[in-house]
Amino acid sequence: MEIVASGIGELIQPPDLEAFREWNRTQKSRKLIDKRMDEKEAIARFVQDGSYIGTELYGTVRCPMSLIRELIRQGHQDLGVAGQGVLELDMLLAAGQVSRIDITYIGMEVYGVSNGLRRAVESGQIRSIVDWSNAGITWRFKATSIGAPFIAVRSMLGTDTFKHSAAKAVKCPFTGETVCLIPALILDVGMIHVHRADRHGNAQIEGISGFAFEMARACKRLIISAEEIVPTEEIRRYPDRTIIPYYLVDAVVHAPFGSHPGEMTYLYARDEPEIKEWIQANKTVEGAQAYLDRVVHNVADHQAYLQLFGDDRLAELIEMREKRE
Amino acid sequence: MSDYSPNELLICIAARIFEDGKTCFIGTGIPMLAASLAQRLYAPDLIAVFEFGGTGALLEDLPMAVGEARTFHKAVSASGICDIMETAQRGFIDYGFLGGAQIDPYGNLNSTVIGDYAAPKVRLPGSGGGNDVGSLCWQTIALMRHDTIRFVPQVDFVTTPGYLTGPGAREAAGLPAGTGPLAVISTLATMGFDPQTCRMRLDALHPGVTVDQVLENTGFQLLLADEVRHNDPPTAQELETLRTQIDPDRLYI
Repeated sequence: MEIVASGIGELIQPPDLEAFREWNRTQKSRKLIDKRMDEKEAIARFVQDGSYIGTELYGTVRCPMSLIRELIRQGHQDLGVAGQGVLELDMLLAAGQVSRIDITYIGMEVYGVSNGLRRAVESGQIRSIVDWSNAGITWRFKATSIGAPFIAVRSMLGTDTFKHSAAKAVKCPFTGETVCLIPALILDVGMIHVHRADRHGNAQIEGISGFAFEMARACKRLIISAEEIVPTEEIRRYPDRTIIPYYLVDAVVHAPFGSHPGEMTYLYARDEPEIKEWIQANKTVEGAQAYLDRVVHNVADHQAYLQLFGDDRLAELIEMREKRE
Repeated sequence: MSDYSPNELLICIAARIFEDGKTCFIGTGIPMLAASLAQRLYAPDLIAVFEFGGTGALLEDLPMAVGEARTFHKAVSASGICDIMETAQRGFIDYGFLGGAQIDPYGNLNSTVIGDYAAPKVRLPGSGGGNDVGSLCWQTIALMRHDTIRFVPQVDFVTTPGYLTGPGAREAAGLPAGTGPLAVISTLATMGFDPQTCRMRLDALHPGVTVDQVLENTGFQLLLADEVRHNDPPTAQELETLRTQIDPDRLYI
């Protein structure tokens, strides 16, 4: 196949599909065992300094924020991240724990740029930053999900986004047209927040599913946090809703309001004042540190975090949710 | 003094572009308001598509994020990002909205870095879905504040493809044939693209704006349509709908 153009970005996490198959054969149990544990144990057991991680969905929507706060509490360093991120990556960057990014978008949506990203990149703290499109990153997970080393797509071509990625443009051997090859991305650790899971890790999501399906199938270790832990009979009653089957999952964390201050479809709305509080705080290094002290370092765990807001406030967020009509 | 804000004008002009019964890729902010206004007044079967999986939402309440629950409020489908992007790649998405920190004469957009890539003056959020929208939708519409900082001869980084370097460049790069920028709606005017050169062309002025004003605020040579038209100001019905139904809390307008 003729290579027409090559992105100059570093291939941070080179895909090895043979090793991944072997990993899935030997390191992922098919036994229906109880994988429940708290955030502290899940992060301590599966994340290491230097791990390459990904989170799903993102920042203000169905995001595993209780796991992110625990990751900041434990302070793992030199992390690589696949970057579709809002609050979660802004915080990790502000905490100085990230050294490599495959980035598609790290920003604050309606509130503008990510100050965590700006400080980390403009100061040179980030060792490697590689740009992709949003579909590009997701299709990298999809390539792993189908068990192939790359996937051919028609996006990113002709741009600097392509040039600063690690993609390649080739002549298609079937049509002769130029296509973009996106390499598979295999995460060391993935974290996905869901509506419900059983103790084995069978997980179900309400509403849009973002890139949960693809990312769950592209991780060596997968930590699920769930609003509700349900009996396996409940999963077996609605098996069509299971987007992540248990054998992909290494840890199941019960995390009610786990997406706070983000939202959880049909369960609770986003906590706008708290999101604004972080954005305001992260205008300076000192502000970010003070905020993280308040919500991470000075509280023991997720339960203690929720007590900072109180039952009345959490009940308000439930009332403000998008309701099924 | 006009009795509407610059954002209200932008939203109303954008809302009039849609044909009914078409699909449109929507981002956060002004595109959502424009699509909502179009649904209510001009194009009731406009299908709003959001990148994380919402298709066909009724835009009754303003979403604050492209993945949140209001992006699939009473929608026809709630799937995921692969479904949406692949649907665009198969040629099902008619329009896409874009924005950026810089735009050049060919409609290429930058939302990645200001300055040198390796040592940027400002690191911006990056492509997000922008590059995919610009690559895969049939036609794109960019919404921009109009000044010489944003309308530049050459963008610092081509995040999202417009017509790249000119006629035939998109197809030569491998992008789907027959796609590209349709219009740029700025705070001063509506621009199209000259079919021969693929360069940006001034098509219509917003109320009270002169050709000279647009040229002074554009950092490159803008082509002029044979007859530069005038955009109608927002109608009373548009403003009333926008203020009382779409954005009563005045988050954007």
